[in-house]
Amino acid sequence: MSMQVEDPRVVEFDVQTDEMLVNMGPQHPSTHGVLRLLLRTDGEIVHECTPHIGYLHRCAEKIGENLAAPQWIPYTDRMDYLAAMNMNLGFALAIEKMVGMEVNEKAMHLRVFIAELGRVASHLVAMGTYGLDLGTFSPFLYAFREREIILDFFEEICGARLTYSYITIGGATHDLPEEIEIPDGLSALLKIKKGGRKPFFEVVEMFLQWLEKRIVEYHTLLTRNAIFIKRTADIGILTREIAISYGCTGPVLRGSGVDYDLRRDGEAIYTRMYKDYDFEIPVAPFEDAPRDAVVGDCWSRFYVRMMEVVQAIRLVRQSIPKYQAAEGTHREPFKFNTKLPKDEVYLETEAPRGQMGFYVVGNGNAEPLRCRAKSSCFCNLSITDKICRGVPLADVPAVVGSLDVVMGEIDR
Amino acid sequence: MDIQEIHSILLEKFGAAAVGNAPVAATDPWITVDADSIVDVSTFLRDDERMQFDHLNDLCGCDYFEPDPKKADKFGHDPHIEVVYQLSSITLKHRLKLKVMGPRWKNDEQGQLPEFPSVSGVWGIADWHEREAYDLVGIYFQNHPNLRRILCPEDWVGHALRKDYDFPLEYHGVRGR
Repeated sequence: MSMQVEDPRVVEFDVQTDEMLVNMGPQHPSTHGVLRLLLRTDGEIVHECTPHIGYLHRCAEKIGENLAAPQWIPYTDRMDYLAAMNMNLGFALAIEKMVGMEVNEKAMHLRVFIAELGRVASHLVAMGTYGLDLGTFSPFLYAFREREIILDFFEEICGARLTYSYITIGGATHDLPEEIEIPDGLSALLKIKKGGRKPFFEVVEMFLQWLEKRIVEYHTLLTRNAIFIKRTADIGILTREIAISYGCTGPVLRGSGVDYDLRRDGEAIYTRMYKDYDFEIPVAPFEDAPRDAVVGDCWSRFYVRMMEVVQAIRLVRQSIPKYQAAEGTHREPFKFNTKLPKDEVYLETEAPRGQMGFYVVGNGNAEPLRCRAKSSCFCNLSITDKICRGVPLADVPAVVGSLDVVMGEIDR
Repeated sequence: MDIQEIHSILLEKFGAAAVGNAPVAATDPWITVDADSIVDVSTFLRDDERMQFDHLNDLCGCDYFEPDPKKADKFGHDPHIEVVYQLSSITLKHRLKLKVMGPRWKNDEQGQLPEFPSVSGVWGIADWHEREAYDLVGIYFQNHPNLRRILCPEDWVGHALRKDYDFPLEYHGVRGR
């Protein structure tokens, strides 16, 4: 049967192609690990986007049921491996809450110093890889150059570069060093002689001063770049209501205009760490946003992270004199085979990617009855379908990248 | 608002059969909710002006069971399954923990998954959390829009976070254990 078309222009708008299923991942470079997206597309337009996860599943929760609490800390490293220090902190605080332990001032400020430095390192990767998703390579190299120096500091502090297991129950495994060799990367950047030794905090300050100037350059390179704005502004809009209903947290939530940060609004055992600190919580909308940007789009989420780096640097600076003035030890003893009480606690902390929660049920043994890790990226990823509908295929990496997911944390 | 006040409001609205006589004391006290009322209680907690629990932080299942008969006496819990809800309010900045309890197996028949009502209509994120609880703890959520395994492959046998879970000897030719 042939169809008579009266006005040929109508056809132009009525034309439909067959829907196609496109598989993206799990080895796709812009999926940040092993995320598989199943896209139902009509031509270029995405109609449905189903994330399939679990490729990195190790059932860390089951392992936790067979280990004493301090033994599980290395497993938390391997969840969000880009912010392992913050993962350690979350679990250590949960156990401290359970046994009613309060770390002393010195360990507290040490933790702020470490956690915020970890946040800077994590957000630098987020920035670099997001540039990579959008097709620009240079921010990635700059971000990794800076992050490398933070990793050098962490290596001096605890010996590891990625999976630290440094913050532990009762404090941290080692005290901060008095004096360190200036990392080669830093001396090359500052054009000073290699191999000199300086007090630790002096070297950190040298690095922070250098990093601060670079952030302005990143904004010129990426944030204010016309192509970058075209690719991110007004794309992947996540409304406030959906963000809250789908449990989004961290920069994703604040990018949607919700002013909520556990460092200020969390439980007492966590907020006490940040009580004497002066910092701001960046929340969309921003006054200096480009004209096209709207609350909840990819650009806002990205900008929240960039602003958080500035705030994290402020916090690191404030923590140094506080740490130096504080008395006490960096670690209070917590015996490896300490029996956990018949009690259960849930504690969330503000990790760089959102609120990381640990739910621990004790039953009178050293091994917990249930050891649950609630991942922030897991919730952030669950809205992919909501914000990918109707975007062109080429924007899917831009949208997923703006959520800044780490698969190790989602799959656990 | 503290948990006592929340509980008395719930008690007035839903009765002791639904929310128990008092909150259970612990480091994080909780309210035990009857499985049949959890959807109504959740909707009320989300929508009521005084509560505004718009954020479901976490939903997880927990298996209370001691497979070793020698240790069963010291275990201290009757065998049961719990679903734990961690709620918070973005606007009012308070927190609440709810629990729903049920048998380990439906009608005590080994292998029949216990059934709990789904709250995925109340909070969007419950969809994925319930899929995870189904996958790992083996809880069937009634009226869930898409209850499939989420972390394990679809053809996986058993639910890993059950205390009596048997680790597989092999999976598609890959040796386990």
